[in-house]
Amino acid sequence: MAAAAPPADVPLRIRGLSVSYASERGRIDAVRAIDLDVAAGEFLGIVGESGSGKTQLLLSILGLSAPRAELHGSIRYRDQELLGLDVAALNKVRGNRISMVFQDPMTALNPYLRIGRQITEVLRVHRATGARAAEQRAIEMLQSVHIPDAARRMRQFPHELSGGMRQRVMIAMALIAQPEILLADEPSTALDVTVQAQIMSLFQQLRAGTGTAIVLVTHDLGVIAEVADRVIVMYAGRIMEQAPVHALFAHPRHPYTEALQQSIPRIDAPRPHRLPSIPGAPPNPASLPPGCPFAPRCLYRMAVCDARMPPLVEASPGHWKACHHEGALGKLRAEAA
Amino acid sequence: MNQPMNQPMNQPMTPGTSPAAGDTSGLWRQVLRRLRRQRMSMAAAALLATILAACLLLPLFSPYDYYTPHFDLLSRAPMLAGGHLLGTDPLGRDLLVRVMWGCRISLAVGCAASLVSVLIGVSWGATAGYAGGLADALMMRTVDILYSVPFVPFVIVLTVLFGRELWLIFLAIGAVSWLDIARIVRGETLSLKQREFVDAARVSGVRGAAMIARHIVPNLVGIVIVYATLAIPTVILFEAFLSFLGLGVQSPLASLGSLVADGTSEMQSHPHLLIVPAVFLAAIIYCFNYLGDGLRDALDPRDG
Repeated sequence: MAAAAPPADVPLRIRGLSVSYASERGRIDAVRAIDLDVAAGEFLGIVGESGSGKTQLLLSILGLSAPRAELHGSIRYRDQELLGLDVAALNKVRGNRISMVFQDPMTALNPYLRIGRQITEVLRVHRATGARAAEQRAIEMLQSVHIPDAARRMRQFPHELSGGMRQRVMIAMALIAQPEILLADEPSTALDVTVQAQIMSLFQQLRAGTGTAIVLVTHDLGVIAEVADRVIVMYAGRIMEQAPVHALFAHPRHPYTEALQQSIPRIDAPRPHRLPSIPGAPPNPASLPPGCPFAPRCLYRMAVCDARMPPLVEASPGHWKACHHEGALGKLRAEAA
Repeated sequence: MNQPMNQPMNQPMTPGTSPAAGDTSGLWRQVLRRLRRQRMSMAAAALLATILAACLLLPLFSPYDYYTPHFDLLSRAPMLAGGHLLGTDPLGRDLLVRVMWGCRISLAVGCAASLVSVLIGVSWGATAGYAGGLADALMMRTVDILYSVPFVPFVIVLTVLFGRELWLIFLAIGAVSWLDIARIVRGETLSLKQREFVDAARVSGVRGAAMIARHIVPNLVGIVIVYATLAIPTVILFEAFLSFLGLGVQSPLASLGSLVADGTSEMQSHPHLLIVPAVFLAAIIYCFNYLGDGLRDALDPRDG
């Protein structure tokens, strides 16, 4: 299950990526010096709370950052630098080689266009596929995401489908050009829990079937635990911890990850007096501290934490963390007991 | 359309398939269905259709025309006997035929000028809104400047330069009323641009003009149709106002506006000369307003 050895084929390499905006409150650093590799066929989960920069990270890969965003660093797909690429060249990659499933299926489909027309758009733009062939392919795609009566659905408008159905359509749309990498931005957040589970198992099936690498962004640790091979934990625009999924959940090495896990109510333990939560609030992105952004909320805080941001280091093979604390964790669990 | 689609289309005929499930044949059928539920709008549409049919057909079958004076029948009140159902005007011309011609002219001016303003307004507004930045600023400041041009002197200058021509009225009103729609469309485009489906289309490689035509404009259809329906009465009133000032249609041709204007001078001695065209003018304007209201509700594909 867990990808133990680093796979050789790494189509997407991100190095030192920073995304920042000028706003009325000052400069907002949404993503700060992130390194990230996406290996062929892997299922990568990115977790973080709202404002941790995870969505901005995805959008920047496809050149969808806001027009006034400033981007630095490097995003390489195969041997092509995507950052600063002109739209025509970028369009050869996005939708085609790297595509995206958006968060809200209610707003990500054009309400005035039939499903069929929206699904085939990629093919018509990228492949100049004939209308008949594109339609046939779209019907196959809809069937592969388990939409019954696909031919009829093609003629319908988005409002005639349920939320889960619409998200399936979005996924079919994203996969129709057989991309190498699929980015999914909280694809199940807007759906109810049973549908969410269906969508997640659909992702897994599709990956098994097509070998498309999936990058799933979510704030739901439970979802990540089920489906991902490898997990990245983000906080205030930085990577805090990065590990194979089992290692991360069994032995978190970063206090933030540990705190997140402790905040999940457990069904198999006695109900605590209060649901645990992490004290404090995430830092204001317009005035980030010079040191570790998690330090003010951290149980293991030391003097050095406020002075310097800890670098991301490989603590054990495949398991990276950005923390000054070297010893074992477990304070939280001890406290809770 | 083509082969695979024929099958589901036939299904509603078989018993056991609910008609709602088979009703996928289009946005417009659904809009009509929802519009049909709105009584005021349907009544307005029916009345409008009646007026339209009457003003197109009646002058063809009437023994009278709108321009030949009859000096033995001046300013007759409406009566059943004698053939002049709605009476005659101070030159003895049949009022019914003149009012029908007035409806023709007013509706033609209303529809043509609204069409012109929609075409210019939508392309201008959608382009400005989608392009954003400097292009947007320049295009919208142009609109602001044109807004500040006073309308009546503008029409007077036009009539002085080109004479009193009917197409000039189309042009003048169209030239002014596209400004509103450009602003509305631009505002709507700004918000549409933020929607995820535009990002989704961008990821699919759709750009520029194709994006505007395929993803922005269809989403504007609702407000544009509503706006156009509501703009027609405004334009008709505009034309009436111009005719009232004597800048509108050239006599003996009449519009509802010029008939009302003529009627006011006779309103004490022959009130029917004012009342008849005024009733038609009011009816047409109310009909368009109600129809526009109903369309606004019916065109939103998101509900029912």
